[in-house]
Amino acid sequence: MNLEKKIERLTLLLRLDGELDMHTASILRQAIDSEIEKRGIRTVILNLQDVQFVDSSGLGVILGRYKKLLPLGGKLKITNVPPHIYKIMELSGLPKIISFYIDEAHAYEEGRGA
Amino acid sequence: MKSNQISLTFSSIAENVSIARLLIASVGGQLDLPLNDIEELKVAISEAVSNAIIHGYQSVPNNIVYLNLDITNNTLTIVVKDEGCGISNVEQAMQPAYSTDPERMGLGFVFMQSFMDELQVESVLEVGTTVTMRKHFKQTPISSH
Repeated sequence: MNLEKKIERLTLLLRLDGELDMHTASILRQAIDSEIEKRGIRTVILNLQDVQFVDSSGLGVILGRYKKLLPLGGKLKITNVPPHIYKIMELSGLPKIISFYIDEAHAYEEGRGA
Repeated sequence: MKSNQISLTFSSIAENVSIARLLIASVGGQLDLPLNDIEELKVAISEAVSNAIIHGYQSVPNNIVYLNLDITNNTLTIVVKDEGCGISNVEQAMQPAYSTDPERMGLGFVFMQSFMDELQVESVLEVGTTVTMRKHFKQTPISSH
């Protein structure tokens, strides 16, 4: 799993590349949690364009970050989900809880200035 | 269709989940399964192996996970076995959204059930857990994926 990180004010953008399973999910969790704690990040955007695989461990970490940000007044947004990854997410019910966007620009735009 | 058996034993470390996936993807390719079926098999095996490591062995690394694949008569059987703590209530553990950890979604068995044709879980406390999953496939190879 490769993580490309971009921070703009209180927004953390992560572009994920690789497979999101129990091993890589813990790497993602640490990457996000440390930015929330160190920099007071309140919006996390996950670009999943180059994610080839996700299982319930990966989905659990995404849901866990959403739950962590919520009481802080923060948000988790997901963009660029490949169709076969979306299928798994849909089965888990995640799209009912978390906001999905077609690309990063749309994710940045929504809620800007709030 | 020739029958085939493959066994793999590996340490209970998170890095090995991807090796189990690589193996099932190769076998799926050999069987000429559609890409979508291979993706689903990868999820199912990932869930079973992750459960063995996280729950069976409580994430203690120096244990062994046993993986057996069997292809006979157009049926692929995947057996994932651990000699860990076991599950006290299998029925409860298989319920959707049942999880012992708030960071986890409790969807492991749901995914295994959704993506496989058969799922069987045998567990004995302090002895271990064996998950048996079966997928039936068509004999005629599909030419266009």
